[in-house]
Amino acid sequence: MTDHSAPPRVPFWRSPTGRAWAFQAVMLGSFLWLAVSMYRNTLENLKTRGISSGFGFLHSEAGFRIGEVTGIPLPQGGFLYFLISLALGLALSRMLTRHMKARTNAPLNTKWFGLCLLLSIGIPAATLFLFRNSVEIAHYTESSSYVMALATGLANTLKVAVIGCVASTFLGLFIALGRLSPNWLLSSLCRWYVELNRNLPVLMQLFFWYFVVFQELPGVKQSIDLGGWLILNKRGLFLPALVPHQGAWLFCGAIVAALCGCWLVLRRAKQLRDDTGEAGKRLVPCLLLLIGLPGLAWLLGGTPFGLEFPVLKGFNYKGGTGLTPEFTALVVGLTVYVSAFNAEIIRSGIEAVSRGQREAARALAMNERQVMRIVILPQAMRVIVPPMTSEYLAIAKNSSLAVAIGYPEFVSVGGTILNQSGQAVEIVGIWMGVYLCISLCISFAMNVYNARIALVER
Amino acid sequence: MRSILVALAAAGALFASSVAQAGTLQDVQANGFLKCGTHIENPGFSALDSNGQRFGFDVDFCRAVGAAVNTPEIKYTPLTSKERLPALQSGEIDLLSRTTTYTMSRDANLGLDFTNITLFDGQGMMVRKSSGIKSAKELDGATICLQTGSTTELNISDYFRKNGMSFTPVVFDKQPDVRAAYDAGRCDVHTTDVSGLAAQRSLMEKPEEHVILPELISKEPLGPVVRHGDNQWGDIVRWTVWLTMAAEEFDITAENVEKMYEESTDPEVQRMLGKTGTLWQDLGLDQGAPVRVLKTVGNYGQIFDRNLGPSTPLRLERGPNAQWNKGGLIYAPPFR
Repeated sequence: MTDHSAPPRVPFWRSPTGRAWAFQAVMLGSFLWLAVSMYRNTLENLKTRGISSGFGFLHSEAGFRIGEVTGIPLPQGGFLYFLISLALGLALSRMLTRHMKARTNAPLNTKWFGLCLLLSIGIPAATLFLFRNSVEIAHYTESSSYVMALATGLANTLKVAVIGCVASTFLGLFIALGRLSPNWLLSSLCRWYVELNRNLPVLMQLFFWYFVVFQELPGVKQSIDLGGWLILNKRGLFLPALVPHQGAWLFCGAIVAALCGCWLVLRRAKQLRDDTGEAGKRLVPCLLLLIGLPGLAWLLGGTPFGLEFPVLKGFNYKGGTGLTPEFTALVVGLTVYVSAFNAEIIRSGIEAVSRGQREAARALAMNERQVMRIVILPQAMRVIVPPMTSEYLAIAKNSSLAVAIGYPEFVSVGGTILNQSGQAVEIVGIWMGVYLCISLCISFAMNVYNARIALVER
Repeated sequence: MRSILVALAAAGALFASSVAQAGTLQDVQANGFLKCGTHIENPGFSALDSNGQRFGFDVDFCRAVGAAVNTPEIKYTPLTSKERLPALQSGEIDLLSRTTTYTMSRDANLGLDFTNITLFDGQGMMVRKSSGIKSAKELDGATICLQTGSTTELNISDYFRKNGMSFTPVVFDKQPDVRAAYDAGRCDVHTTDVSGLAAQRSLMEKPEEHVILPELISKEPLGPVVRHGDNQWGDIVRWTVWLTMAAEEFDITAENVEKMYEESTDPEVQRMLGKTGTLWQDLGLDQGAPVRVLKTVGNYGQIFDRNLGPSTPLRLERGPNAQWNKGGLIYAPPFR
């Protein structure tokens, strides 16, 4: 029996949904076809031209030196256990607090809290004690493989990107606040800063910092020397280095554990205040943790660090630690350039918060700083975060301009390998893949943050 | 960023579907121009003069091949050392004449064929005279400026490892940046092939303040490169270069080549210049090719003297690049 209530059947090519699906399928099909034929063409062309392909070459010895080597901690042995136990401890204590809250519907009582603290500090501390001195940090040498060379280049890139993102955000915030200041001189200085840096090409700025500013410093023999504590010359900035002794890892672990403990204490204090209105103890337990745990580690493991001063030996200062002009020029150049954009983004975010909010906050007798910190900035963040993401992406990608000023980052190292092995397709593929991963990670993190601060409508 | 783009473009050319591979000779003659890859700026080898014309040692071999195939128009592609091999592999250029070191791995893996060795060079090191350094053995702990993506980086690492010394490299993408950094005092040492060092020295603020140390730390045989698989094209390049070398041996110059063609009674000169025999026709060229080549660039000695020799800012001696019968390594096989 036919169902008369059903609408007459439309052939699928005349229904909008059917057509939409068909178009999508055709698009997807042609995209796949394109990708597959590109892949096959590449392989075929490589073969007909007698170029060997594949990623096997990555395991052969690199043989060249890299000027700046960032050590890569190999996540194995004790280090891995430590990370796992730290996560385990924190997760356990979080579960406990949840459980506690659900059962008693009351603020955390002291007994439970003590247990949490013990778990989150005790477990990592115990692992650290059992597996001390087993963390390996791999340093690239000429006899390492191409993979290690690429990893070192990537570590150098990430170092620049992370420092650049943090520094440009703070610098941008200050410039933005300066531009919004009622002081005419300050605000016009900040406006000039923004206009100047935003309108000059970033590569030119890098050249400026590297070849004009840092190469004007005195030579090695005429270094600016502050009693051995700070030495500045054309070759960079030299500082005394902390040399880890036997107990260094215990000491560092204790600091991490103490910080975790502090975080728990602060969280509990906040919850106590939210639930009962009385201020929980914060300062004393935090100080106790921060001083007590590392102090204990010091006693158990001996002096954690010694100082090594740079000394002039032969061509240059040896020993100690420091910053090379290449690294500094890159970080300063990128930070200054991007901070101008960040300042504008932050300023527009602040100006987007309606005037009524500010007036209401003033009416509650908040001072100017409180208004900014508690009322304006949290609301401005919603406007600021999405465009800020693309500025962070720009830092990560622009760091590849470092090739021009001699900083051995990912593209520079990859370029050397490309020329030595001749595997252009593979290296370009790795470049694209890695930058894609970095960009996706930044976007993901910023999206998560954006979702957390987004206005929740009830 | 730009170098990424170029490398991408070069790699991208490999993605494109396979073109019917006619011989390079036919392609060049059909196009009416030769696509030659060379330096961006390396005085003596390939640089622009005040009229915007390219000139130099490497450029002359492009011109010689252009004359041989009767396409005097040449399109030069300036390439960094990182870009040069993909550019040739992908067919962006027909001939790479850009101080490229002949190595086994490049010959075996990369779909490339090395033709002749036009310059027997070696990697050297340049320091400031004021440093008082007389030998490369005194360079332990030095900071060294060099260009990325060449055998240079490997040689210098090997040399320091072999001698138990350490150094800090500062690596740039382009030779002019290496020079600027060394000149500004960022590095103690500037290293590349000796001929390149001489070229860079001629561009420095005060060339007389810098010396090239006596040690050569590698063999750097340099010469034109072609794609693997087109044997006819490889032979044309090879014999065009050998022609310039043999011409020096027989005292044939750009000025007297026509007279020699008419008057020489030496049977080998007659075969070499295409008056008798079919040597050049067998390569797929016309009979007039050898005279055109020599009229355009002259013989090997003239090319060397004009671009690199003692009377140029580079002030290079012939050394191993003298003719075989004068104690050098320049040796053309018989034209027979």
